[in-house]
This record gives sequence, C-alpha cells and structure tokens, in this order.
Amino acid sequence: MTDRPHDSSRRRALAQLSAGSLASLAPWAMHPAFAQAKSLTVGVVYVGPRDDFGYNQAQAQAAAEVKKMPGIKVVEEENVPETTAVQKTMTGMIQQDGAKVLFPTSFGYFDPHVLVLAPKFPDVRFSHCGGLWTEKNPKNAGSYFGYVEECQYLNGVVAGHMSKSKKLGFVAAKPIPQVLKNINAFTMGARSVDPKITTTVIFTGEWSMPVKEAEATNSLADQGVDVFTMHVDGPKVVVETAAKRGKMVCGYHASQAKLAPNAYLTGAEWNWLTAYKTVIEAAQSGKPHPNFLRGGLKEGYVKMSPYGPMVSEAARKNADDVKAKMLADTFDIFAGGSAGLKDNKGATVIGAGKTIKQTDVELEKMNYLVEGVVGSA
Amino acid sequence: MKALEVGLPVAALAAALLLFGGFVWLGGASPLETWTILFKGAFGDWFSWQNTLQRAAPLMLTALCVALPARAGLIIIGGEGAVVLGGLAAAALPYAVPLPGNAIGTAILCAFGMAVGAGWIAIAGALRQYRGVNETISSLLLAYTAIAIFKQLVEGPLRDPKTLNKPSTRSLAEALQIGGIAGSDVHWGLVCGVVACVGLGLWLVFTPGGFALRVVGGNPRTAQLVGLPANRLILLACALGGSCAGLAGTVEVAAVHTNANASLIAGYGYAGILVAFIARQNPFAIVPVAILFGGFGAAGSLLQRRLGLPDASVQVLQGIAFVLILASEALRGVDWAALGRRHPAAPAVAGIAPPTAVSSASDA
Repeated sequence: MTDRPHDSSRRRALAQLSAGSLASLAPWAMHPAFAQAKSLTVGVVYVGPRDDFGYNQAQAQAAAEVKKMPGIKVVEEENVPETTAVQKTMTGMIQQDGAKVLFPTSFGYFDPHVLVLAPKFPDVRFSHCGGLWTEKNPKNAGSYFGYVEECQYLNGVVAGHMSKSKKLGFVAAKPIPQVLKNINAFTMGARSVDPKITTTVIFTGEWSMPVKEAEATNSLADQGVDVFTMHVDGPKVVVETAAKRGKMVCGYHASQAKLAPNAYLTGAEWNWLTAYKTVIEAAQSGKPHPNFLRGGLKEGYVKMSPYGPMVSEAARKNADDVKAKMLADTFDIFAGGSAGLKDNKGATVIGAGKTIKQTDVELEKMNYLVEGVVGSA
Repeated sequence: MKALEVGLPVAALAAALLLFGGFVWLGGASPLETWTILFKGAFGDWFSWQNTLQRAAPLMLTALCVALPARAGLIIIGGEGAVVLGGLAAAALPYAVPLPGNAIGTAILCAFGMAVGAGWIAIAGALRQYRGVNETISSLLLAYTAIAIFKQLVEGPLRDPKTLNKPSTRSLAEALQIGGIAGSDVHWGLVCGVVACVGLGLWLVFTPGGFALRVVGGNPRTAQLVGLPANRLILLACALGGSCAGLAGTVEVAAVHTNANASLIAGYGYAGILVAFIARQNPFAIVPVAILFGGFGAAGSLLQRRLGLPDASVQVLQGIAFVLILASEALRGVDWAALGRRHPAAPAVAGIAPPTAVSSASDA
C-alpha cells in the first residue's frame, strides 16, 4: 500500500494541517479559487445505494452532516460502478456542478480513476476513502481511512460475554488484509474474555451478494453460532437473518440497530464526518490538501453503536474499560503477549513480547487468521 | 413502412419521457426541469457527448454478442463471461509471451482477447448443436463459470502481490495500453464498436455467408435442405459474437483499468442483451440504441446530482422506455389506412402517436 511507515506520514499530514505557513510552499494552494473560497461545492460518489445500512450509508450520513455546514453545497451520486463511469461522474461534478472537493468513496475508485483525473484538474481536491495515497501520487489527491479494527475488537469483547455456545460467526467478503484484520481483532477481543471461544468465518467472495450472505448466516446458525458479525458492504441481510434465527449480532459500517433492536448488541461504525470536515476546512482556508488521514476511536474516525438493552453489565464494563485504554493510547490489539500470537495453523505470527502498533504498515499486509478462527484465508 | 421503422421507437421514446415527467411530478420535482436536465446530461454539450459515447462503447460490442447468434436462431445471454475472460486473457498474455511495446503488441492483445471470447461463446453453440443443451441456459451458466475462473486466477496465480486490498493482475506496459481519441476522453473502444456493428451489419446483408446465416436463423431445416452447413454457421455466429464481447473486455483492460480486477465485472454483458433486443438484433440499429443507453446513463448521472433523485428513478425511465419500445413493435403489422376507414373517429392509443405524427417525426 505504501512503502513508508504510516506513522510518519500520518504525523506529517497532521503537522501540515496545523502549520498553515507551509501552505505558501505549494503553488496550487495560492490559487485564487482557494484564497477567496466562500461557497464551496463538494461532490460525493457512492458505489452502492445511499441507504444500504452499511458502507455507503456511513458515507452518506457524513455527507448529510456536511450539507448543514454554512457555505457548502453537496452534490451526490449513488450506484456508480468502478469503471469509466466514475471518471465521468467526477468530471461532471467538476465541470457541470463546479465542485472543488470530491469524495470518491469506493476503494476501487482510486487506481486508475482518481489517479487519471487528479493531474487533469489540479485545482480540485480529491479525497478518496481507503488509505492508498503515497508520496508518488498527485498532491491534490489524498485518502482517508479509519482503524475500525479497534471497534471490531470491542465487538468481540461484547460478543465474548454474550455468547452461550462460545461459537461466534463472521460473514466476510474477501480474504484481503483489511478484512482479515477485522476478523482477527474480533476474535482476539472475544478470546480475551474466554480463550475457549472460536470464530467461524465464511467468505462470500463478493462485497455485495445478499443471497450468499443469507446462506452463510443460516449455515453458521445451524452450526451453533449464536453471535454474528460481518464485513460486507451491506450488513442488512446478515443482521436480519441472524435476528430471525434468534441469534445476536454486532453491526458494522453503520448502525443496524433499527433492523433488529432485540438482537443488536453493539456495532463498529465509521465516523467519516471527522475526515470530511478536516478536508473541507483545509480547502476553505486554502491550506494544503491533507493527503493522508487516518485515525481510530481516539481521533474520532470510528465509533461504537450504543449498547442494546440485552447487553450485560459485565460486558459493558469490560468493553468500556478496553475502550478507555484505546482512547488513552495504551492498548495495542496486535501484540504477542507472553506466549506470542499464533495463527490458526500453529505458526507464530507475532513473537512473544513484540507489539505491532496499529499505524504500522506491516499490518496492511496481514495474510493470516489468528488462533481461534475456523476457516482459511 | 420505412417511416414506421424509425417512427415507432421515436414515438415510444417520446411517450416514455412524457410518462416519466408525470412520474417525477408525482414525486414533487418539476417535469420541465427534469426533461431539460435529461437532455443536457446526455447531449447538451461536448462533455455530455463524450460521457454518453464512452458509456455506449462497450455496449455496442456486447450487444453484438447477442445479436449475431440471434440472427442464427440462438438466444445467447452469457456475453458477460466472454467480456471478463477476454479482459483476463489480455491481462494474462504478457505473463506468458513478451509482446512488442507498440501498436502491434496491442493488436496481438486484442486478437487474443477476441479469440478467448469467441471460444467461450462457441462452447454454448457447440453444446446446443451437438449435445442438445439449451443455449440460453448454458451461456448464462458459462458466464458464472467464467466469473469464477476470473476470480480464481486474479486472486490466485495471476495476482500482483503488490495489490493488497484490491486483488489485480500486473498492469499492462504503458506502450500496450489504448489511449483516447485525439485528446478526448473517448477511447478507441468506440471506434471498434462502430466498425464492428457496421462491418458485421454489412456482412449479414450483402454477403453470401451473411445470407446463409440468416437462412439458418430463419429456418434451420430449410437451410439443411438446401445444403447449408447449419452447425458450422451457428458456431461461426457464436464465435463472432463472442469475439466482440471478448474485445470489449480487452478494451476495458487496455484502455481503462490497465489490469484485470473485479471492477471489470460491471454487467456490460448483461446490458448488451437489452441493447440487442431493443435494436431487434440488427447490428446497424445497435449503434444508435447503445448511444441511447449511454445517454440514459449520462443523463441519470446529472439528474441525481441536480435534483437529488435516487439512481432508481433513472432505471424507472429506462424501464418505461424499453417496455414501450418493445410494445410498439405490436403496432408494426397494423394497416393504419384500413383502420382509419373502418373507424373514422378511432381515438389514438394512449402513449402512441397517430400515424401522421409518426411519419412527420421520421421526416424531421
């Protein structure tokens, strides 16, 4: 993804934000459009429907908040595939609607589409969701992402307390690092409560494939799984199917509490408004475009859904304690501990006493499932 | 009769726009503004035209994958399989063979993608001719198989290890990629599409081979009675159609994505089915119908951004338009003059313009 440690680039990006004086070094920042920007048009592009109770809805919720900011006009387009269609949509937003800041929110929009357009429109700021930007990419492009695995760890803690069968289920899209990281964090959170717990994972192979998601949920329920979570674009099907089977769920992307109020324990949610605001405020004040934005619970990039009424006192307390440590920056998920962290084939992936910070680029290459996960990456 | 050829679909389209105006009016939007935006978005200026044409380009090729076998009497709906395998073949070829870094290399890529697409659709044709398997079902199932093969290879042996969260093959060398036409955003895929439609249209109409194919499609038994090699002609039609879809996939890889990845599975093959049926399996008609389709896409984009309408509303317009266009076919055999004599005061059918308006529309 990037060949430098995330750590330094993130700090650098944040430093750029505060140090406005650096702005004069970037020639495009002097552009009059930025200097006297009063009314700003922002374009948001979604790969699926805005009301999918998932990935796209999380972005649309932030866009809806942005609409309320003074002097901001938002233009949106949904169901835009990762083909030249998205290039046309972004160009249309720039040329037909006068957008100066764009949020192409799907992972596949970055390469080649954002990379093709950014050099063509040097006075437009592209802020892509997914965290792919590197120094080699155009300066008017950038990316934002969140350490959502923190929330999946907390999901796991709650699930660990609530599960009676000690079997958890994870319906996942594809075995790629981002997804594996969530499965592992969820499992480790649960096993911090009870090391006997296992998570069974099923990969559907698609970001959005409702039929397979329902089949996977039913199959896991048949195997005795009683708490579910997921990493697919629209968690609606998994949540509703699990609730129908009388099982519990931890949500993902956005809150699905409304869909199953009696089964929804808590959930890992994005809080994209933080990233959107940072990018837009930089554009309004003419500061350099923040190229690389990342954060977790502490920075306000992700958040937890409120606990459902059925969540026990012990579960709440345990999760809140871990969350407090995360907020204080004294908790690392991927740590070897005293015995080392093993994958589910028995090999040690993180040595005893070794800790990998969440900002470490090594985690971006994760290709294993930790001990306690049933399934193969 | 010629007037009806163009007049009926145009009238159906006008009726669809009228109905859609009523639909958005019920939803609280201004029909006048909607129509203006629809036109502006699709054909209003040079940007809109580029937008429309670029969206139309792959559909011309995938529609041919339906239209050609249809002229030979087969309903093939699995063009998507040929698209993804054609694209995959183009991305994979440089793994196996070093290609010259120039137009010849690109031509070899295209030829290989076409060959793979041709072979894939020919399987459906062969299954039908030699094993009696329904080609509609088999081509659809083959499309699912193709997508599974595509994913297996892209996420497995052909994966570029640098592509972590979006498994892709290695990118094509820059010299092998296809650029835009004369500085515009419209790439050469559009030219391929138009040339293929016109070329294959001429072949169908003016050559003995094309004629033989149409005879097979019209009545296979007659074709065999007069000694035409029906099996071979049907396989040829499938292969030609498949090669067009394979080319569409190759162009997507070489002109847009630079590598093969899951974004290639965008449903172009399935959209082509609709285009081909609206064009009544006529290669010449595919060009304007594909442009109309591209126009809907481009207009829908602007409609969403300007009026905040959901994407579904554009699909409603498309749905109304295509149902009306297909329904208007029922009026083709009507003897309007006779109807007029028998019922002098017959009211015009809702949504269908009276004959006078039809002929004037086509004259314009």
